[in-house]
Amino acid sequence: MLLLALDTATPAVTVALHDGRDVIASSSQVDARRHGELLLPAIDRVLAEAGLRLDAVTGIVAGTGPGPYTGLRVGLMTADTFGLALGVPVHGVCTLDGLAYAADLEGPFVVATDARRKEVYWARYADSRTRVTDPAVDRPADIAEQVGGLPAVGAGALLYPDTFPKAHEPEHVSAAALARLAAEKLAAGEELPAPRPLYLRRPDAQVPKNYKVVTPK
Amino acid sequence: MADEPLVLGIETSCDETGVGIVRGTTLLADAVASSVDEHARFGGVVPEVASRAHLEAMVPTIDRALKEAGVTARDLDGIAVTAGPGLAGALLVGVSAAKAYAYALGKPLYGVNHLASHICVDQLEHGALPEPTMALLVSGGHSSLLLSSDITSDVRPMGATIDDAAGEAFDKIARVLNLGFPGGPVIDRYAKEGDPTAIAFPRGLTGPRDPVYDFSFSGLKTAVARWIEAKRAAGEEVPVRDVAASFQEAVVDVLTRKAVRACKDEGVDHLMIGGGVAANSRLRVLAQERCEAAGIRLRVPRPKLCTDNGAMVAALGAEMVARNRAASSWDLSADSSLPVTEPHVPGDHDHVHEVSKENLYS
Ligand SMILES: [Zn+2]
Repeated sequence: MLLLALDTATPAVTVALHDGRDVIASSSQVDARRHGELLLPAIDRVLAEAGLRLDAVTGIVAGTGPGPYTGLRVGLMTADTFGLALGVPVHGVCTLDGLAYAADLEGPFVVATDARRKEVYWARYADSRTRVTDPAVDRPADIAEQVGGLPAVGAGALLYPDTFPKAHEPEHVSAAALARLAAEKLAAGEELPAPRPLYLRRPDAQVPKNYKVVTPK
Repeated sequence: MADEPLVLGIETSCDETGVGIVRGTTLLADAVASSVDEHARFGGVVPEVASRAHLEAMVPTIDRALKEAGVTARDLDGIAVTAGPGLAGALLVGVSAAKAYAYALGKPLYGVNHLASHICVDQLEHGALPEPTMALLVSGGHSSLLLSSDITSDVRPMGATIDDAAGEAFDKIARVLNLGFPGGPVIDRYAKEGDPTAIAFPRGLTGPRDPVYDFSFSGLKTAVARWIEAKRAAGEEVPVRDVAASFQEAVVDVLTRKAVRACKDEGVDHLMIGGGVAANSRLRVLAQERCEAAGIRLRVPRPKLCTDNGAMVAALGAEMVARNRAASSWDLSADSSLPVTEPHVPGDHDHVHEVSKENLYS
């Protein structure tokens, strides 16, 4: 087994290779504005580091967000297209689950990433492998009661200490964690979902009112 | 191989997910998935809606194109993609797909210019482009006059709209007339039953001191809207067919007049017309008349090749391969304002030099 994992749902552009036993190469760069440029060279580097070619990969793992759409789509489109070209399965893993797995916590906690517009993408976990709420997007103040007192990880938690006083690292998801989580689930015979994006918001679009009259009144 | 390269092209600059396959100047497949219906109720293309649709449509559309062409991905000589100009988020979906596809297949990648592709597509219809060629590109996003002596390396802007694109004006007038979106086809249909001389709408930028090759449709749009509003205010019925015909005539009159003038001034004996508005029936007829009168050969591809599609990107990509142009690098980015003077985006070779320069100081 050789899994290529990638995630572009947070400011991190992150890539990892997992050979069924452990991660054998990885790369993470934080640059929220250049996902499109950074992803493929990062994949090329990680493969070179492992001395492998892309056609050795037996499966793709892609972080499905939630995350800012433009960046999120870079990873998902890349994963989809690799799947098509190589004829290998493409698995989706919720980006928040990857962060939760990397947090490596025993008790209940929260994962929150930055959703911009003063909101966070978030979910609650019973432990590092068990999510207990669906991913959601909210203003931190509106969920203070639901997350109050719990430890929290992710950039969204670190950004709003009033809501998440017990926030700590990791800040961004790593593809290494995503790969380990996926490898563990696949080894346990679990089916992973298709890599479809978790947008959680409707597109910004207004139905225009009647056209604006141009004749001055 | 170099003469007749087999190239797959991906186009996502606006609301069409296009994947085309060509062998040299021969069209093998032209698969398009459009999200136009999802935009209709907004009266215009919503960028995020378009981007989401591209992501969902891409893999099925590539599949469909390969089947249509009867080739396998392994046979391809290269992958071309629209690198710009266009909607940033929409372009990025196509660029991501093209990079991943080219990388996975071990094929060269060519990031190409959307406008140059609109010109090059005519090779699929009428054979190799004459050099030079004058091109009039008119759509909802662009209205420009371009002169090209080599579509892979030299595209010169002669003129462009200073405000709205021609297609935008069609959309806006259709909205004023309550005819829905997109406006081009419906105005064309109504205009066929109307009198193009019924109302004398203004011809933008045609005065003696105006720029010779630039366009303006904003004033026309306002004049038409005012005329309609005046009728409504007076409680009279709006003669939709005559308004459509007279408005359309004002647009195509200026477009063809300036295009023919540019050909004459530059001594160019071929004019190609592309872009979505090139599907307009009156534009095609009037351009034909005026070109014939001026001794200019007119080349207009069939309507499906005029609107945004992947075949046009593949056509330009094939030309890049045939003329040994440098491939793009894996860090190719989408450039929403890629200038028309850059027909493609070759890999950045200066990159290496910069790194070594830095090392000198360390
Ligand atoms: Zn176009």
